[in-house]
Amino acid sequence: MSTMNRRQFLQTSAGAMAISALGVPSFAAAKKASGGRVVVVGGGAGGTIAAKYIRKADPSIEVTLIEKNADYYTCFMSNEVLGGDRSLDSIKFNYQGLAAHGINVVQEMATAIDPAAKTVTTASGQSFSYDKLVVSPGVSLIYDGVEGYSKAASERLPHAWKAGAQTQLLRQQLVDMKDGGVVIIAPPANPFRCPPGPYERASQIAHYLKNNKPKSKILILDAKEKFSKQGLFVQAWEKLYGYGTENSLIEWLPPSAQGEVKRVDVTAMTVYAGEFEDKHTADVINIIPPQKAGKIAIDSGLTDDSGWCPVDKKTFESSLHPDVHVIGDACIATSMPKSGYSANSQGKVCAAAIVAALQGKEMVVPSYVNTCYSIVGEDYGISVADVYRLQEDKIAAVEGAGGLTPSDASPEDLRREVAYAYSWYNNITTDMFS
Amino acid sequence: MSRNLLSTSLITLLGLGLHSPLLTADSNNLATSMLVDTCITCHGPAGSSQGPAIPNIAGTAHDTFMATMQHYQTGERHGTIMNRIAKGYSNDELEVMAKYFSSQPVVRATQEIDAEKAEVGAALHKEYCEECHVNGGFKDEDGANVLAGQWLPYLQFNLADFHAKKRDMPAKMRKHMEKMVAEHGEASLEQLAHYYASEVKQP
Repeated sequence: MSTMNRRQFLQTSAGAMAISALGVPSFAAAKKASGGRVVVVGGGAGGTIAAKYIRKADPSIEVTLIEKNADYYTCFMSNEVLGGDRSLDSIKFNYQGLAAHGINVVQEMATAIDPAAKTVTTASGQSFSYDKLVVSPGVSLIYDGVEGYSKAASERLPHAWKAGAQTQLLRQQLVDMKDGGVVIIAPPANPFRCPPGPYERASQIAHYLKNNKPKSKILILDAKEKFSKQGLFVQAWEKLYGYGTENSLIEWLPPSAQGEVKRVDVTAMTVYAGEFEDKHTADVINIIPPQKAGKIAIDSGLTDDSGWCPVDKKTFESSLHPDVHVIGDACIATSMPKSGYSANSQGKVCAAAIVAALQGKEMVVPSYVNTCYSIVGEDYGISVADVYRLQEDKIAAVEGAGGLTPSDASPEDLRREVAYAYSWYNNITTDMFS
Repeated sequence: MSRNLLSTSLITLLGLGLHSPLLTADSNNLATSMLVDTCITCHGPAGSSQGPAIPNIAGTAHDTFMATMQHYQTGERHGTIMNRIAKGYSNDELEVMAKYFSSQPVVRATQEIDAEKAEVGAALHKEYCEECHVNGGFKDEDGANVLAGQWLPYLQFNLADFHAKKRDMPAKMRKHMEKMVAEHGEASLEQLAHYYASEVKQP
C-alpha cells in the first residue's frame, strides 16, 4: 500500500468498482466519507467555476478556495466603467454564494505550492493538503517589460488590466482631463489577457470623449500589426468616431507606423515609440504591460520557457506536476483565447476531470466554448464565439462554426448584441458567484 | 506487489469503508453536465436566464429545442450569435441538451413591464394566440415554446422578426398575427410582449 501513489490507487479502485456494480452490498456503506480533497487557488473566472462544479458533481469532495481578496471586480465590463456607462460597484462581487455550496473559502494569499508533499501554503503560514489542486491565478504583469514603467509608475500611468482600484484611477484621470487632451493606450504583443480588450477600451473611452470632450484624441501605440476583431473595430470606429478622418477620435499606430513603445518617461508623461523614438506626450497614459502566468504558477515551477503553463488539454493537468491542474489565462490552451469565458469553460472541463479521477472513472469527452462580446459604442455590440473539441492533443475550434459578428450585420443586430452582452455578463457572473 | 494482490487488498479496504467516492454521480451525469454546462454560462442556472435579453431555455420541449438548434444551423432562423454557436454541436450532442433542458423547470424573474400594455396584451393573447399557446404560454406544447415569463427584449426581438418575415412561422400563426396587426396596429406586438413577460406565476 505504501508504494502506491494515488493514481495507481484510483486505477485499481476503478477495477474494484466493476465488482461493486455486480452487487457487493458492503460498498454502499462507504458513501458518507470524504470523496477527496481539492484545493483551488484563485477566485476568478476559472477558480470559482472549478470549485463550484466539483461540488455540484460530487458533494462528498471537500473543496477549499484560497483567494486573497474579499471582493472580486470582473475585468469583463470594466471598460464600460471607463466609458462612464457603468459603476465600479456594478462589477463587484463576493464569495458568500460559493460558501453556500459548501466550499471552504479562505481569504488569504496562497504563497507556495509543494507538489511533492501536495500542500499549499498561505501568507499566514497555514498549510492545506490536497489530492488534486487547481491553480487559476490569472496573469502577472511584467512591469519592466516596458522601459521606464514599474509597479510604482502604475499609480500615475495605470494599466487597469486588473479591475478595481486601477479601473477607478484611470476613470478618474479621464474625468479630470481637459477637453482637447490626449489619451495614450499602449497594448502589448501577444499573448495577453483579453485580446480584444485594449480596442474595446479605446472604443469606450472614445464613446465618453465624444459626448463630453470631443476635441480630445486617443492614440493607440501598438506592439503588433494586427489585433482581435480588427475589421469589426475599424468599421465601428469609422461609423462612430470618425476613424480615418482628420477629426478622428482614435488613431492607431502599429509597429510599421512607428507605434511600438520603446520607453516611457513617467514624470514627463511622455511615451517614446518607433525606431526613431518619436516623442508622444499625453494627459492620460494607459500602459498595458506584457504578461505571463500568475506569480504562484511561476514560483511553483508550473510554467515553461514561454512564461505560461503547459497542460494536458483534456484535463488541464499540468504537464510538469501531476495532480496540479492549471486553468484560465495562465494555461496554454492552444487556440482558446485568454478570456473570462474560456476560463469558465476550462474550469468546467477541469472539474469533470477531477471528479472523474477522484471517483476512479474515465474522463468524459471534453467540450469547450468561448463567447466574447465587445461593446464599442451606443447600441453597437460585436462578438466572437467558438465551440472547441479535443483533437489529439490540441483544443481545436469546430470548423464551419463560430466566428465573428458578420461585417454586414444590421444596426438592429448590433443593438441586440449589446442586450445579449449584458445578459452574458449577468449569467456568467451568476455562474461564478451564486 | 502484483496487481491482483493489490486489487484484493483494496476490495478489503473498500469493504471496510475506508475509501468511498465510487458510488456518487455516474459518468452519464458527468457527460451530460459537460455538454449542458457550456450552455449555462450564457443561458443561466439550469437554463433560466438572469436576463435582460438572453432567453430562458429551461422547459423548452425536446422537439422544439432540436428544431430551434437545427434551424440556427441551417440558417433558416436568423440569429446574432446562436446561429454561429449551434453549428458547433452534433445532433447527438443536441439530443443530450434537449433532454436535459426539457426537464428543467423555468425560474421566472419579475421584470419591469408596462402594466397597461400587459393588460391589453392579455386580451390580444386570448383573441389571437391562445388557441395554440394554451394556458398563457406557461408550457411548451406542440412546439409553442414557453412564452410566460420570457425576457421582454427577447420577446420584442422575436415578435419583430416574425412581423418582418425574418423568422418563419406556421401558416396559421402568420394569419393570426397579420389579422391582429391589421386590426390593432403594430403596437399590439409590443403589448403582447409585455403580457408574456409579465406572467411570473401561473394562475
